[in-house]
Amino acid sequence: MWQALYENIEQTVAVILFGIGFIILLLQRNLIRKIIGLNIMSTATYLFLASMGYIHGRKAPIIVDGVTQAARYINPVPAGLVLTGIVVSVSFTGIMLALTVRLYRRYRTLDIDQITLMARQEEVE
Amino acid sequence: MIFVNLALLGMLIVCALAVSFTKNLLTSLIVYMAYSLIMTVIWMLLESPDLAITEAAVGAGITSVLFFVTLKKIHALKGDRDHEQAQK
Amino acid sequence: MSKRRSDWQQRPQARFLRWMREGYAALDEAIEDAVTQPGEASPAVDPELAVQHQEAALQHRHDRSMALDRLAQYDLYNWAVNKGRRIISRLHVLMALLLGGVIIFFLLDTVTFMPRFGAADVPANNEVIARYIEQGLAETGATNLVAGMILDYRAFDTLGESTVLFIAACAVLILLRIDLDDQGNPTQQLIAEESDDRYYEPKNDRILQGAAILLTPILLLFGVYIILNGHLSPGGGFSGGAIVSSGLILYLDAFGFKKAGRFFSYKIFQWVSFCALGFYGAAKAYSFYCGANGLENHIPLGTPGAILSGGLIMPLNIAVGLVVACTMYIFYALFRKGGL
Repeated sequence: MWQALYENIEQTVAVILFGIGFIILLLQRNLIRKIIGLNIMSTATYLFLASMGYIHGRKAPIIVDGVTQAARYINPVPAGLVLTGIVVSVSFTGIMLALTVRLYRRYRTLDIDQITLMARQEEVE
Repeated sequence: MIFVNLALLGMLIVCALAVSFTKNLLTSLIVYMAYSLIMTVIWMLLESPDLAITEAAVGAGITSVLFFVTLKKIHALKGDRDHEQAQK
Repeated sequence: MSKRRSDWQQRPQARFLRWMREGYAALDEAIEDAVTQPGEASPAVDPELAVQHQEAALQHRHDRSMALDRLAQYDLYNWAVNKGRRIISRLHVLMALLLGGVIIFFLLDTVTFMPRFGAADVPANNEVIARYIEQGLAETGATNLVAGMILDYRAFDTLGESTVLFIAACAVLILLRIDLDDQGNPTQQLIAEESDDRYYEPKNDRILQGAAILLTPILLLFGVYIILNGHLSPGGGFSGGAIVSSGLILYLDAFGFKKAGRFFSYKIFQWVSFCALGFYGAAKAYSFYCGANGLENHIPLGTPGAILSGGLIMPLNIAVGLVVACTMYIFYALFRKGGL
């Protein structure tokens, strides 16, 4: 088992990073750190996905010298998927940061526990 | 070559852990920018130059700029008033 | 915001919240109301009965206060607030770490079943990839196979992604835009420096302006180069658009909103985004129409390696680059000032 984990070292590190990002998302009370944890999770997923396209001894998928055999280039499909994913990740980071700014304007704090408490108190009144 | 790979992946984990263990918000952001930069180099080692250039422009560029601007709006940079309120 | 029941004040949650907020004061007040004051007895004509009533009231009150003293030794409220909260927060940290550990363990177990890294006979490497690489240059005319794939074979995904970017820009607009009335004052209840946070900063910073004069033309030129060469070398619409927007953001930071508004106003943003996305949709509609009806595509493919090759790939790259640049710039401007 350790040998298999060492051979796919990129995928192992991607899984560990996913777990670390998830724990940051759960445990941190500051909203900005939670958003950074979510970004770490998504980047770890992209690392896992793109490491499936690599093949030893082959080059990047840009055709040079007119060589078009399939045995000379790596798999281009995971790179395309991850490209879409990176742009979607920046979109939702922008929306979450806008929500954070609005929350700060309303409650003057960034601690998620305090915000929940204040919101519940306002609901009771 | 394998040593460079291992060193970069190890630095990724160190950066991801350092984001949560620093007290200052600004330090977390700069560590996140470094994380994005190391990710760019790893994309290059995995023979995907498209991903490398996109991650460099978007991750270490646009997302970090948006984070900095948010920090300014919530008055968490030193020298602003209400500096202590946002640090909690 | 949420629907509340009409008997909310009698529900246990509301009572608990009231108790937590006011501590024992509410309890004391309830007990005070239940015990009649000495001297407020019912108007009894008989003085003996009045004295008996007074003594009974005093005894009743004494019993009540002794009971309360015994209860206060346990001091449930204080324990819940101080020690209970600490214990529960430590339990929460432990459970979160345990959950993260379980997730990491199961995913690592999955990694041991994955095919070897870098092997050539994985199931992900099937005949589709062979077709993309071998016929890619002849069918799309692009040398960069990834760009040819995401803008020709799988262009529908890219349309969806550009739409997601557009929706994100709309959402941030809704959240952060500050409308100005005719005199340029914000209509919402925000103080002036909240809406434009350049209020306290030194304007016309020499260093920033010197760097911006040097760097902005280089950034814009480099971004345009990457967009136009998307089908020949790594890059494409997204990274080129991000670099162009970086140049615009640097100019905005150095010279202020007035000067940047001379060449990039809100109307320009609306029209550029709409026309770029509309052109993308129209181009792909043309491809769908030709493919569905068996017609031949009349867009010339050109010689591979030249800048004017690849059919529709270069115009699509330009459209995507424009959308991305406008979106990133409007994000930045909305965060700083609430508008353009």
